[in-house]
Amino acid sequence: MLTDVSGWAMATVVVLGVLAVAAGVAVFVVDSMARATFALLGSFLAVAGVLVAFDLVYLAVVTALMMTIEMAIMAVFMIAFMMNPAGLMPMTMVHNTKGSAVVGAGAFVVLTAGIWTVDWPARSGQLPADSTRQLGEAIMGSHMLVMLGIGIALFATILAGTVLATARGRYDRFGADLTAARPDDPVPGGLPR
Amino acid sequence: MPEQTLAETWGLAPAVLGVVVVGLFLGLVVAGIDRAVVSGAPGSAVEPVRSSARLLVEQRRITLAPDRLLWRLGCAAVPILALLSLAVVPIGGRTLWSTSADLVWFNAMEALLWAAVWLVGWGPNAFHALTGGYRFLAQGLAYELPLMFALITAGLAAGSLRTTDVLAAQQDLWLVVTMPVAFLVFVAGAAAFAFWGPLAAPAAVDIAGGVTSELSGVDRLLVQAGRAVFLGASAAMAAALFLGGDAGPWLPGPVWHLLKTLAVVAALVWVGRRLPVLRPDRTVEVGWMVLVPLTLVQALVVAVLVQEGFYA
Amino acid sequence: MSAEIVLQIVLTVAAGLIGVGLFGALSQQSIVMVMMGLELVLGGVLLAGGAAWYFLAPELPDAQVLVVVALVVMAVEMAMGFAVTIAIYRARQVDMVDMATDLRG
Repeated sequence: MLTDVSGWAMATVVVLGVLAVAAGVAVFVVDSMARATFALLGSFLAVAGVLVAFDLVYLAVVTALMMTIEMAIMAVFMIAFMMNPAGLMPMTMVHNTKGSAVVGAGAFVVLTAGIWTVDWPARSGQLPADSTRQLGEAIMGSHMLVMLGIGIALFATILAGTVLATARGRYDRFGADLTAARPDDPVPGGLPR
Repeated sequence: MPEQTLAETWGLAPAVLGVVVVGLFLGLVVAGIDRAVVSGAPGSAVEPVRSSARLLVEQRRITLAPDRLLWRLGCAAVPILALLSLAVVPIGGRTLWSTSADLVWFNAMEALLWAAVWLVGWGPNAFHALTGGYRFLAQGLAYELPLMFALITAGLAAGSLRTTDVLAAQQDLWLVVTMPVAFLVFVAGAAAFAFWGPLAAPAAVDIAGGVTSELSGVDRLLVQAGRAVFLGASAAMAAALFLGGDAGPWLPGPVWHLLKTLAVVAALVWVGRRLPVLRPDRTVEVGWMVLVPLTLVQALVVAVLVQEGFYA
Repeated sequence: MSAEIVLQIVLTVAAGLIGVGLFGALSQQSIVMVMMGLELVLGGVLLAGGAAWYFLAPELPDAQVLVVVALVVMAVEMAMGFAVTIAIYRARQVDMVDMATDLRG
């Protein structure tokens, strides 16, 4: 296992890899926006499958969890903002296809050339007994600064995202002099306020 | 060190088959108890078997210009995801598949259920079905985080995300004693994700059945069975995570687990069927504004208890 | 098969995801589709990070932490992307990148 990979695991990884790329291509080929979104989800699930084969179960499952939620929300936005959500009237909305294809293919070629010419070092050390524990102890110990940064970045994202997305401020909700006893919301939330 | 999984004990194929049988059994039990409570006649508990057989032979209705691929995919995914979430639920003290992130796996299957149910609503190209799908997304978004915190709280007390470790941590004291909020939120979240009982707005009458409105034949059977299996799997998970699983005197472990699962199902149906279907705009804010802080405080209490060595 | 070849194959797949994602992000006009391209690129990063951990240095948690950071970048990109899409649509009725010319020099 240390130097050699079993044929079965190898085949799984290759099949999932091909699936991931094929689904990624499908995102920009299919007409229906719902199908494009779920092709992207399929691509991520294939990536998660490869991560499971690499014994990174926690990261794989978190990838699947996060990407599914993102894609479910993405589907809503795709349908809200695209002119042709269901692909019933095929149309293309692209610009600079040739240049983009050159850049994409160029990036792929450069990366691949590097991947197949670099002399990769041999694996150092053993697989840990529990990769989840390894990650947990890293982000709560030696790599805690990363976690602190992530926490602040996500908090800032929540605030900035809400501020950008909402059109209603407190003056809309509580009146010009902020004296309204109950906020004037278009949709009640369910809590007595 | 992890104990043996079901797959290692029985072999992969028999273990998978066993879990599928257990899942279908749980689903039938949930549907049977539900039907019996709703109709008030205990004899109607066999009705789900009868209607399943009828749906199996019923012909599909076709809508205008459906997205067939995604529709079928969503319908098939609902029961498959319910069964996959059962893969990390201990059956007789062992899980089909044991990883170092079982609880997150269970949660991921619920998240995938979002996508599947939305697809069921999207597929038929029908107004009411899509409305139900959107309602489910809003409901899922509001109940995902509380459910996640509830699951993590159990893992926090056990010091492991592995379900069998959580089971082992409850030999002396059931976790529900120190985390009642997490238990209740978990059960409520399960009902929300199976859009069942008071949280059935995505399939409510006011939108003619919502996501299920255009389903017929095998598709309807798959989705309804998936909901029931998911509720059953969640009840079994709740019994395992919070009610000590197979811990109990005299009787063998699996019987205890089954009894606790049935008790959770009965309580769920008994309470859930006494409440009306709540409008989403009356439940969504509760999820965000009440349940998220509550489960966070619950996790804090458990974390302090862990620090004090309470669970050691 | 030797582990090095598997590593190279997986990294090639990651490079493929990055290439396809770049193409999509540059060629699509709809803001939401551009975000999907960026997500694909980050999916390639996830894959490469996982492969680097497994084949090169499983003893160290750094590659795993890198994958976590990539996941967070995806979440932030998505959240801010949606927020900006809503904001610019509300203000200008713009849903395509070509029409968002406010910052053009």
